[in-house]
Parts: sequence; C-alpha cells; structure tokens
Amino acid sequence: MLKLTNIHTYYGNIHALKGIDIEVEEGEVISLIGANGAGKSTTLMTTCGIVPAKKGRIELNGEDITYLPPDEIVKKGICQVPEGRRIFPYLTVAENLDMGAFLRNDTEKIKQDLEYVYELFPILANRKNQAGGTLSGGEQQMLAISRALMSRPKILLLDEPSLGLAPIIVKQIFAIIGKINQENKTTIFIVEQNANLALKAAHRGYVMETGQITMTDTGANLLVNEDVKKAYLGI
Amino acid sequence: MRWISIGLGLAVTGVIGFFAVRELLIDPLYFFELFLGGLTRGSIYALIALGYTMVYGIIQLINFAHGEIYMIGAMTALIVASVLGLWGWNTAVIAILAFVFAIVYSCAYGFTVEKIAYKPLRHAPRLSALISAIGMSLFLQNYVMLAQTPEYLPFRTLIPDFHFWEPYAHIITSVELTIIITTVIVMILLGILIKFTRIGKAMRATAQDKVMAALLGINVNNVISATFVVGSATAAIGGVLIACHVGQINFFIGFLAGLKAFIAAVLGGIGSIPGAVLGSLVLGISESYFTGYFWSEYEDVFAFSILVLILIFRPSGILGKHDAQKV
Repeated sequence: MLKLTNIHTYYGNIHALKGIDIEVEEGEVISLIGANGAGKSTTLMTTCGIVPAKKGRIELNGEDITYLPPDEIVKKGICQVPEGRRIFPYLTVAENLDMGAFLRNDTEKIKQDLEYVYELFPILANRKNQAGGTLSGGEQQMLAISRALMSRPKILLLDEPSLGLAPIIVKQIFAIIGKINQENKTTIFIVEQNANLALKAAHRGYVMETGQITMTDTGANLLVNEDVKKAYLGI
Repeated sequence: MRWISIGLGLAVTGVIGFFAVRELLIDPLYFFELFLGGLTRGSIYALIALGYTMVYGIIQLINFAHGEIYMIGAMTALIVASVLGLWGWNTAVIAILAFVFAIVYSCAYGFTVEKIAYKPLRHAPRLSALISAIGMSLFLQNYVMLAQTPEYLPFRTLIPDFHFWEPYAHIITSVELTIIITTVIVMILLGILIKFTRIGKAMRATAQDKVMAALLGINVNNVISATFVVGSATAAIGGVLIACHVGQINFFIGFLAGLKAFIAAVLGGIGSIPGAVLGSLVLGISESYFTGYFWSEYEDVFAFSILVLILIFRPSGILGKHDAQKV
C-alpha cells in the first residue's frame, strides 16, 4: 500500500535518511524502532511531505506521492499523529477534532465519526469545550489520535505515542490502536522508542540505525532476535 | 523591577484619574466630545492594526508595508471618486464603488506583497523578512508618489451630512459617526469569519502550529495569503474612511498611520485580535485627551512615548499571551 524506495532526506547538510526502503501492506500494523536520532520521525515527516526527500520514491497504492505538498498527501489518505502530539492549545477539544475533518464535506459521516471517537475515548466527550492546552498528556495523546481519525485516513502514522505517558495510559492507548486497526481496517505505521510494546503490537517491524534500515522481520521474530534484545529491549 | 512597575503604574493612574474627574466636572460636554473624537481615531487605528496583528500571529512578521496598503486604499478611492464625480454620478453610487475598488485594489496589493517580498523569505532569518518589509514600504510610497503626485490631493466628500443627525452634529459629525459604526460592523464580521468559517478556523490553527495544520491537510500558503487579504481589506476600509474625514490625502499618509496602528497593536498585545482593537481604542482615546487638554503639537511624541513605556514595562501588551520578541 505505502512503499518507500531508496529515500534520501537532508536537513541542510545533515544526511538524515540514507536510502531507506519500507513497505506497508493494507491492514497491517507496522512498527519502526530505533534509538534517538536514528531518523524515525524524519521518515514520517518525509512521507507526509513536510521535509521532502532529495532522492527516492514514495508510492501510495502505486501512485507517486514523493513531491506532493502536505495537504495533497493528507487528501490521499495519509494522516500523521506527530511526536509531542501538537494539540492546538487555544482551540477547544471539539474544535481540534473539527480541524481533523478539515478536508471533508460529508457532514453526516463526520458526525458519526465524532460519535465513534467519543466512544473510543469517553473522556474527550466530557472535555469537549475545554481548551486543548489544558488537557493532561494522556488526554492530549487521545485527542491527537482522534483528530487524525477524523480525517478518515487509509493509513495512520503514529510518532512515539507512548512518549511521556504513564505506563497504564500507554497500555490503554496501544489497546485502542489495535482496536482501530481491527475495527476500521486502518493500516497503522508506528514509530517508537519503546521497542517491546511496539513490536508486540505489530505484525511486522523495521529496525533503524543512523538513517538506515538494518533489520526487518515479523514483530514476533524481532522480539526474540538476539541483536534487537541486546540493543533495544535491554535483556 | 516588579514593585517599581506596580508603584509607578498606580501613581500614574492616580494622577490621570484625578485630572480626568476634575475635567469631567468642569466641562462634561468637552470631555465627552474628546472621548468621541478618540473613539473615531481609535476605530481607524483598529482597522489598520488588525492587519498587523493577524499577520504577526500567523508568520511572526511585522508587516511594515501595511500602512502603504492603507494609503493605496485611500488613493484608489480618490481616483475612482474623482473620475466618477466628473461623470456626474450619484454620490451614494460613487461611495459604494469607491469602497469596492479600494478594497479590491488593496487586497491585490497585500496579496502580491506577500508573494513577492515575504514568501521567498519564509525560511530565512526573521530579520531578513523585516528588512524586506521596510523595503516594500519605501518602494510603495515612492511608487505612488511617482505614479501620482507628491502633492496633497483634495478628497471628494463621499459621506454626506445626514439630516436626521443635524441636532447632534456639533458633538460628533456624520462622518465620525459613520467611521465608528462601520468599524463596529467590520469587527463583528471579522469575528464571525475567524470564529465560525472554514478559513477562519484554518487561520487560528495555522497561527498556533503551522506544521500540524499542514499535517491535517490545511494549505498553509493559502491561509497566509488569506490573512494578508483580510488585513488589507480592513486597512482599505480604514483608508477610505479617514480620507473622507480629513478631506485630503497624499502618498505619505500610510507611514504615520501605519506606525500608530503598530503601536496600538503592540499596546494591545501583538498577535491578539481583541488586543489590537482594545489597544487601538486606548491609544486613540488617550491621544485625544492628551491633545485636548495638553499640547496638540506633541501628539506623535505622546504615541511613541507610549510605545517606549510598553516595551519597557509590559512587552507582551495588555492582552498578550507571550513575551513580545525582538523586532
């Protein structure tokens, strides 16, 4: 479905992605793990067109989207929940969700989706009229995921959904991510430092080191792989 | 520093309060007239300051060419009104057409200025864009001076003296009344635009987080253009109104008006729309009292002193959310 081929991305003179290949099939949950600064977030930002690739090709269902502007890429059905959640602090929860549906015109279906995300995260319904900036970290993560869902993505990109959250909240969020994948058949691509959680949730995983993909296998296999264990699982 | 500020603030407020009450008791009508005069001034400042504050809110740029957009609005209205006046058209029709043309022209200029002078510098250091803005301001002034004339031009009266208003005209003229009412209407429309429309929501989201707005499918470049266009439209309305009020304009009127509106925007808290309106009214009314009770020659000195005082004691302005950054 989503296919990155030989992607090179630069920040000024820094060669952040050095020719990476990733393929995501429809309906899958894929995890990309790696240390700080390996280029995981850059991979997502390049996919979304925020930091366009210098070289390489990104395809969505066979269509070249490498050099499309970010808003066109969202129209094609790719939506990202970025690192640090990036809730609009002065918009209310309802307005934040509304922004997620910015490109849609089907009022009836938007209403249904709104009910669906309020069902997934009932706390958001209670905080509907509160400014986004006043939510707790966990609530903000829930809002960020819900906001992305409001765009009805074919593929949902999640950047560090566990960042800075209490373990119990992280567990809850990963459970919901699994639920979204199963109920809506939404393809999910997770970038995580928490390798253990990410690999358990994923069908397949990629391991990234300093701008390159060094390993790829099923999530279960990577969990028992000796190198992965040593480097990322702390066993 | 904090205690000094509070102490000074209280002392100044006390002195001003004392004089205000005294003057109010001595001559209430004069006091009230000055208030209305200040309200008129403040309304014009507000129409211009909106453009400053909206653009700052979205791309953190002080658009110093904004005063020139206001001047171009007035100039366009003058040309349209003069030509149609020669043809002997009805005043009401001329007034409407003058406003429409002024708004369209100013919007076109605002849009183009952003594309030419600021968009290529979007990722450059902010000082570059600021210098570009000052350059654009000088260019537009001189361009209008060369294309038109450096002389003051008489502006045709577009707003007649309303009959029903005659009994009160000695307190506030029809033109001033029109300025205040028009400004209120523009503010309400702008509030609706920002709060409820699709583009207004996109503007608020983009002002808070450009990358996130793009990740949700908002075309950030279009939103920035729209912000310039909206700001230019309100400035054009202000330009035509002030031209009707003063009765003559030249190529240089945008400079001082632009700076005053900038002071008003900083006073209210740059980046905040309610702040710009509040700052404009406060500046307009206090200027009016200052010139009415003290020295009218020092009007501009007074306004710039306010700017200096705010920058020293409250750089974020009255309603500012965060500390103002270096210009």
